Formats: sequence, C-alpha cells, structure tokens
Amino acid sequence: MRVRRIGAVLLAAAALATSLAACSGDDKFVIGVKFDQPGLGLKQPDGSVKGFDVDVAKYVAKELGYSDDQIEFKETVSANREPFIQQGQVDIVVATYSITDARKEVISFAGPYLITGQDILTRAADTGIANVDSLATKKVCGAQGSSSPARLVEKFGEPWKGQYLTEQQGYGACLPLLEQSQVDAISTDATILAGFAAQSPGKFRLVGQPFSEEKYGIGLKKDDKETRDKINNAIDKMFKDGSWKKYVDANFGEFGQFFASPPALERY
Amino acid sequence: MRASVLYDAPGPRGRRRNLVLTVLFAVLLVVLAYLGYRKFDEKGQFDAALWEPFLRADVWVNLILPGLWNTLSAAATAALIAVPFGFVFGMARLSEHTWIRIPAGAIVEFFRAIPLLIMIFFAQYGGSAVFGLTVTSFSAVVFGLVMYNGSVLAEIVRAGISSLPRGQTEAALAVGLRKGQAMRLILLPQAVTAMMPAIVSQLVVLLKDTALGFIVAYEDLLNAGARILPSNFRNLIPSVIVMALIYILINVAVGQVATWLEKRSRRSRKTTAKPVAPPDSVTAPASL
Amino acid sequence: MSALFDELPVILGAFWLTLRLTLATAVAALVLGTVLAAMRVSPLGVLRTVAATYVNALRNTPLTLVIVFCGLGLGLVLDVSFSESLSVNYLWLSIIGLSLYTAAFVCEAIRSGINTVPIGQAEAARALGLTFIQNLRHIVLPQAFRAVIAPLGSVLIALIKNTTIAAAIGVAEASLTMKSLFERHQEAVVPIFLGFALGFLVLTLPVGLLFGWLARRLAVAR
Repeated sequence: MRVRRIGAVLLAAAALATSLAACSGDDKFVIGVKFDQPGLGLKQPDGSVKGFDVDVAKYVAKELGYSDDQIEFKETVSANREPFIQQGQVDIVVATYSITDARKEVISFAGPYLITGQDILTRAADTGIANVDSLATKKVCGAQGSSSPARLVEKFGEPWKGQYLTEQQGYGACLPLLEQSQVDAISTDATILAGFAAQSPGKFRLVGQPFSEEKYGIGLKKDDKETRDKINNAIDKMFKDGSWKKYVDANFGEFGQFFASPPALERY
Repeated sequence: MRASVLYDAPGPRGRRRNLVLTVLFAVLLVVLAYLGYRKFDEKGQFDAALWEPFLRADVWVNLILPGLWNTLSAAATAALIAVPFGFVFGMARLSEHTWIRIPAGAIVEFFRAIPLLIMIFFAQYGGSAVFGLTVTSFSAVVFGLVMYNGSVLAEIVRAGISSLPRGQTEAALAVGLRKGQAMRLILLPQAVTAMMPAIVSQLVVLLKDTALGFIVAYEDLLNAGARILPSNFRNLIPSVIVMALIYILINVAVGQVATWLEKRSRRSRKTTAKPVAPPDSVTAPASL
Repeated sequence: MSALFDELPVILGAFWLTLRLTLATAVAALVLGTVLAAMRVSPLGVLRTVAATYVNALRNTPLTLVIVFCGLGLGLVLDVSFSESLSVNYLWLSIIGLSLYTAAFVCEAIRSGINTVPIGQAEAARALGLTFIQNLRHIVLPQAFRAVIAPLGSVLIALIKNTTIAAAIGVAEASLTMKSLFERHQEAVVPIFLGFALGFLVLTLPVGLLFGWLARRLAVAR
C-alpha cells in the first residue's frame, strides 16, 4: 500500500518535472529591452512592458514566426547588452542600442530601425533655447554614465561643467528638476526626451536641433547572418506597411513629428 | 546614570513652566509641520495621482516587490559570504603564526578604511578591465558588501574571542585539548553567544548599505522607488518617502532582533564573556 | 601608472572636495547632534519624543536615500537654493543630507557619554541648585564629551567614507571622480583604484590614531 503511494507520488513528480521542462524549452524567444525608458521600454504596473522598442520587437518576433505567448521580455541595461547577447541570455536586444563599429566587433546589428541624435528638452514656456549653443549659459541636467553630458562638457569646457551641469541618476530624476525650474534643459537622445515629455503633454518642448547621430539597431549574435537577414526583412516590411509610423505616433505623441520617416536599412 | 537625575522632580512652579514649554514646543512643531505641508501642497505633491499608485496591488506586485526582493537577496547573499569571511579572518588575526596574522590584519584594516562605494566601483570596472569578466551590478554590490562587512565582522570575531578570560584557553590546554580543539570546543561557542548581537547589528548596516546599489543601477528597492515608479507616475518625492518608510520598517524589525539577542546573551550563563560592542561603535563603553 | 600621475591634479582636487564635505558636515553634525542629545535627556516629554523619533528614523534609513531626498526634495519642494552654480548648490544640499544623517549618530554617541558620568556628579550639581541647562553645560557634557572622544572619532571616520555617497546627486568628490577616471583610462583601473584607496587611508588612519591618543589623554580619571 505504502509502496504504491510512494510510486504514485514519484510518478506525479516526474510528470510535473517533464511538463516544467517542456515549458522552459527552446520555443521561447527572449528579447532584451529597457525597463525604465518611457516611450521606448517601460515596465508597467500590470507587469507588461510598453514602448517603441517593445512594439518593434514584437513585430519582428511575429515576422520570425513566434506567437505572443512565446515572446519573453528581459531587462537589459546599457552596460550588459553585449554580454547578454554573447552569453545567449537573450536572443535579440532592442534597447536604445546604437550601432557602433566597436560593438560590431562582438555582436551583429540588424537595422537601423530609428535614427535619432542628442537633442534638448526645455519647458514649453521657455523659448530662449534655440539650439545647442544656447546651452552655454543654461543649467543642464544629464544622467551619470551617459555619454550625452560628456559631449557638452567637451564643447563648453570644465568651468561650464561646474557652473551649469548636474548629473543625476537617470533622466527620470532630471524631469522634476526641469519642471520646477531647478535646471533649464535636459540634453540626450531625442527619443529618450520625447518619451519622457510625451507623458506630460503640453509641459515640455523638444528643440528638434540634433547635434549628433545615433542609429538604433537590433542586436543579435555575431555572424548569425540568416537571422539578421530575416530581421532586416521584417524591419523593411514594418517600414512599408505603415506599422512603423503607427508605433512612432503611439509612443511619442506630439513629438512623433521629429521622427517623420524611417531610416535606410544597412544590410551587410 | 539615568537621565532623570539631571533635573529635580519639578515642584508646582516647575510643572507649570514645563507645561508652558511643552505647549510652546508643540505649537512650534505644528507650525513647522504646517509650513512643510503648505510647501508640499503648493508644489502639488499631495496630488492624489502621485500617491494613489501606492494603493494599487499591481504596482506593489510588479514594480515595488521585485525591487525589495533584489535588495533582500543582495543582502542575504552578502551576509552568507561575509559571516564566514569574518570568522576566518577574525581567527586568522589571532593566529600564532606571523605569516597568517599580518596579511589577515592588513586585509581587514584596508577594507575597513576605504569607502564601500569605491570598492563597488572598482569591482564594476576592474572586473572587466583586469580579468575580462562581466561584472553585473549585483555581483559588484555583493563584492563590496562582503569585503567591507566581512572585515568589520572579523573585528567582532576577534573581539569576541579576545574577551574570553585567559583561563578558558589555559584550562582547555591543561586538560589536553589541542589548540584547534580548544578554539572549536571551548572558545568559539562562548564567543558566538557574546558577539551575536554585534553580528546582527552589523547585518542591519549591511542591509542598509545595499541601497548603494542605486548608484550603480542595481534594480533594488531604492531603484524601484527613485527610477521605475517615477518613470511611470512622475511621483519622485512621494515615492522616495514611501521607500524610506519601507526601509525604516525593515531595519527597525531586524534591529529589534539584535536588541533581543543582546538581552538574552546578557542573561546567558553559557558564556564567560561580556557582550561584544561592534568595532567603530558610536557608543561609549558602558563600564567606566 | 602614468595615468595616475597625469591626473594627479584632478585626484587632489577631488580629495580636497571630500575634505571640505567632511569638515562642513562634521561641524554641522556635532552641533545638531549635541542639541539632539540634550533634547533626549531633557525634562520635556515632547522634546524627548521628537529627538528619539528623529534619531531612530535617520539611523534606519539608508544614507543614499537621505541624500537623494535632500538633493532632489529640498530643492524641488522647499525651494532651498544656495548658489547660482549648480555644483555648489548640490554640494550644499549633500552637506545637509550628510549632516542630518551623521547628527543621529553623534547624538547616540553623546547620549552614551552622558550615561558614563556618575550619578553623584549630577546629584551634586542639583544640590548646588544648578538648573537642567546649567547642569548639562558645566557638569555633565564636559565629562560626557571626554568619554566619547573615541566613538566620535569612529563617527568622523565613517563620515569621511560616507561623503562618497554624495556621488548619488552628482557631487564630483573622490568616488565619482574615480569612476570617471576609470572610464577615461580603462587600462589603468588598478593603479587609479590603489591611488584613491591610498588617499582614503591617508585620511582615515591618522584620524583613528589621533582620536585614540586624544581619548587616552583626556580620559576623566576616576
């Protein structure tokens, strides 16, 4: 009697183990996105992720033949994107990921699916800032570890840094400072600025005079040319069928005008 | 000395004066609180939309609790490594062999003297620059916490063992125990009882220090409160206040455990040592 | 190694800022901490409660959170501003945060010092007709301070190390400067780290020795 009961328990455990193994099988498609960038990739209270990068990722995944419940989003931060791809912790990365030659040494890029540049966000009522030169006498907020403030320091010099620049933990912390006039401008990628500003319609103005160029691409394992071509085809289709425009308007609201047309793909 | 010996029991006039002063200070407090309230109100910080997220179950489940979980798991991992680290280095500092004692002492003193944040930054950048490792913010935070708190724990262990009367060792050796046996069977069991409260208070410090992870973008509780929540609801100030309350609740709870342990070990007759004060203790030795 | 020498002016500048942060905070925290300790032993229940609540709240909050709150909250909500220069402004906001936090520990140290003064001292003072304030000022606190010199030294050492957390609101003291030097000289991470570690050893070790010596010299003979 007892033997049979133990046998039944063992059987049940084995069945559970196999079903678990089936769940964690290879049919999941893991996508690395940002969790803290409104408009691009932001974790929602309901547990889902929302933003332009997320929409692009979902479209591409669908084109690659994955259904919605096979897609799994995983948080990547700027510092761990290459290792996550190399170690296979994610299948692709769609996370404000600029295409650079240095990165191409270790991973591959599909795209670009969006071109942006370092821009300036000010209060809607503040018309004194026309372009980057106006910042010479304006208080600016940047994020620690971001390359955007460094570019301004290079332009205006160290004394400017002491007087006019503060570097906080992330651009989200800059927003209240701008709103309450503690600083006059935030400067980084236009997409990031647009994402934050779109949350509070009418409060902020995006200057729209980019002074650098960032091409956002989709990162994947180096030399996986087959997948890269498939993703490029998917992006191309997304550009042509109007989905790209739809995603821009849905995520950047009034600031969608700054991303009027899709970029040219760079197949290699 | 009890505080009450600093002043006489107030007579009728003293009582009246105390009452007047109490009311005066209470009014002052209320005025200050009101001024603060006015400022908050002026800036719209009492807007229901900013506080309402904290009443929603999904905000807690999906945004705050994962952060809390990360904070606790970093603290637990660091504690599990730091405590053995402390015991090994604490006993190494009491070793009779100079070649063990001196390096152990140097390591402990070095890591106690330099700031935790410097170690975390070094782990983050040095790991990849020197060893080609990918150092996640989790491992960087845990590394820093282990090296610093492990070194402080080593000092606690050393103090705990040294606080035992010499007679304990002598008696143990006299009955024929070897040095290792004396340490394991006689000294350590007594020392652990004496230093338990100090160890637990150091673990509270460790738990508090996990918040440094925020500076290296570790997804901890402070990160949830100061980055993720404001990104969703633009409620930085309310969110930071709620996070502070959570930290205070947790730390007070763990601190209570330390106090309880200290009371118990003070009553305990299982040890010949007095309870050990943590090194760098901010309080004066009680017996003067 | 050459990176370390090339950047020496930057490194020394960063430590000078660390030193200024430490000194300004030490003075402010000593004053505030003494006031809090006096409140905690005062005859007025309301003062005792306020001081106890303050100390318990601050001691149990991570310093990072205190500094973030002071850096962003004081400016945003209370319109606290010290200077037109952003770096000077955040320097002062971080000094406020560090002082509020450190004062809680200074208060605990001094209170424990008060407990070491024998009862007879305060009783004698009362017998002479001294009031609570006079009693504290002339009899109890001078002895209490001498008893807590070593603990106050520990608080000061902790403070020197804690100033690094001002990095959370972008104050370019030693730790944040070290981080940006890491980014600039990826090949010299180890020498730069050792340089900064040495800097902190130079700051903290003599403080420990000095306060240990002072504590022995000024100990109240009983």
